[in-house]
Amino acid sequence: MDILITGLILGGTYALIALGLNLQYGVSRIMNLANGEMLVIGAFAAFTLFTVGQVSPLLTIFLVAPLAYVLNWLIYRFMLQPLVKRAKNRGMLEVDAILTTFGLSFVMVGLMIWAFGGDYFSYSYLARPITIFGDNYGLNRVVAFICAAILCAALFLWLNVSRAGMAIRAVAVSPENARLVGIDVPKLSARAFALGGAVTAVGGAVISTFLTLDASTGVMFTMKALIIVIMGGVGDVRGTILAALVLGVGETFVASVIDPGLTLVAAYALFILILLFRPQGFFGRKPT
Amino acid sequence: MKRRTFFKATTTLAATLVAGAAFAADPIIVGAVAPKTGPLAGGAAVTHWPNIALWVEEVNARGGLNVGGEQRMLEVIEYDDQTNPAETIKAVQRLATQDNADIILAPYSTGLNIAAAPIYDRLGFPQITSSAATDQIGELSGQFDDMFFLLGRSTDLAEDAVEVLSDLREAGEIGNRVAMVNVADAFGIELMAVGKPALEAAGFELVYETSYPLGTQDLSPVMKAVKAAEPDAFVAWSYPPDTFGLTEQAMIEELDVKAFYTAVATAFPAYAGRFGAAAEGVMGIGGVNTASPEFMDYAARHEAATGAKPDYWASGMMYASLQILEEAIETTGTLDMAEVTQFIKDNAFETVMGTIDFDEQNSNTAYWTVGQWQGGEFKGIKETGREGAVAPVLKSGWE
Repeated sequence: MDILITGLILGGTYALIALGLNLQYGVSRIMNLANGEMLVIGAFAAFTLFTVGQVSPLLTIFLVAPLAYVLNWLIYRFMLQPLVKRAKNRGMLEVDAILTTFGLSFVMVGLMIWAFGGDYFSYSYLARPITIFGDNYGLNRVVAFICAAILCAALFLWLNVSRAGMAIRAVAVSPENARLVGIDVPKLSARAFALGGAVTAVGGAVISTFLTLDASTGVMFTMKALIIVIMGGVGDVRGTILAALVLGVGETFVASVIDPGLTLVAAYALFILILLFRPQGFFGRKPT
Repeated sequence: MKRRTFFKATTTLAATLVAGAAFAADPIIVGAVAPKTGPLAGGAAVTHWPNIALWVEEVNARGGLNVGGEQRMLEVIEYDDQTNPAETIKAVQRLATQDNADIILAPYSTGLNIAAAPIYDRLGFPQITSSAATDQIGELSGQFDDMFFLLGRSTDLAEDAVEVLSDLREAGEIGNRVAMVNVADAFGIELMAVGKPALEAAGFELVYETSYPLGTQDLSPVMKAVKAAEPDAFVAWSYPPDTFGLTEQAMIEELDVKAFYTAVATAFPAYAGRFGAAAEGVMGIGGVNTASPEFMDYAARHEAATGAKPDYWASGMMYASLQILEEAIETTGTLDMAEVTQFIKDNAFETVMGTIDFDEQNSNTAYWTVGQWQGGEFKGIKETGREGAVAPVLKSGWE
């Protein structure tokens, strides 16, 4: 039981890491390798406001979200849209986007070191035990799980119920055909990218309550997000959530029952299995 | 015609520049290479870079270094090696050949120092390492004559930690059951390889042991298993992010041990900054004599100049390495590195960490091995020949 709960909580963390990238890759077709850096920026904001002004990270996210939205919109508008316009096909866009955002990740690391220094930023927030079914769990991790659940549910509902959400899903499925039914694809792509960045930054702010980060840890999260997005199926929120939970529970199971030294092995073994037997991901469509 | 005027103008300008420079002594070019990005950037930002900034600021404030009767200012050229040994080596090479550095400071960490040792040796720069803890001091100094070691042997660091536990057990303060974990990375594995046999030789019962990968995001399965094993003492040969992670999980699991030891980063001011009163009684690698006036003065200057406190382990040693270099250059009155190296070998130095006198293996044999958070300071409780060790206290809860 405690393996399951610990695993689900870890899965929630992973969902926070990967949801934003799913939107960016699934809808805007940008494989954003600077995703982890955006997460670290969110964490930095939470850390700074907490240490300077004792502002709860849970309040910081309401500030981080709009700021990250604007920042990511600007990044898309001025850095990535020219690539989109220039690209002759999806493959070309993907290569260009990977190279550009890879460069962007270095720029962001450099700027963060310049602005904040390379020191670890860690603080203690809600580092209290909470008892669920007789076992102790970190309250900050449980809160992060709840945040992840709310975020996932909100995103899922919005994508499936609202008109804008439906348009975004249409772009994810087929940008060419979406244009035919009167959807402004460039505008929506920019919005989806910005929204993805905002979700990632919020995830960073929440995660910083229990993880110790520094300016150059972003790449670790990018890797994890990449695995989860590919496992879940590109452009499907449900797939990402499921993949995050499967990974969380899988890693925790291996760590608790076999050996904590094998968690990475477990994660990548799962990844390889999915690639072998369901290359399109949990909810992805088979390429025709 | 136009071109010729331009040419004239530039040559005149260059001539004035050269003439102008001749009046003031040329600055001493100090080359520095260490991680600013990559896995070890966080540690270097605490221990390594601030000391260089502090030293250069202080030396320049008093008019520079006196080299053979001439006051010369310091000018630093910094390179980020991205925590990548190949980059460290490239940067050292570039500093020597393109930047014409007069001094090149030793890089950061055990791995990067060992990787760069051949290039320092070949270029003839003394490499006074202050963040390299290794058991290969004899082999390394035998092979690389100008490599110096301030931080000590990893065997002593691990064995002394076990000795502290043994002493507590002999005094009847703790029981015999120990849980031991380590990060599956270079220094964590090295410490474990020494610490485990030492624990067994001391007759401790290892009730739980495991390793976990570097960068593990959730250490709660580890700490749950530790708690289930009901140890009397907990030992983690850990790295910075997991030192923080394990401590937080221990608080959450309400791990009730009388002795709690985590390795690297326990001595960081950020540790007490994060855990506050809960840090009280936590033991870790390193330590200093916090009551020594030299260290207190250094810590105050460090904080005033860089805005951050030094850590309670390698920071002081890093600064000491710069003091040693400074004294060697000023006393010999030369920037001839062979002469400077010989002087370092032949003499003892008064530093913020006390007297440092290298032995025939270029090794400083008197250093701190175990420290403990007591009253908001990380005080040295075990050493190999330093004064000012305090008695350990028992860990009592996480409030």
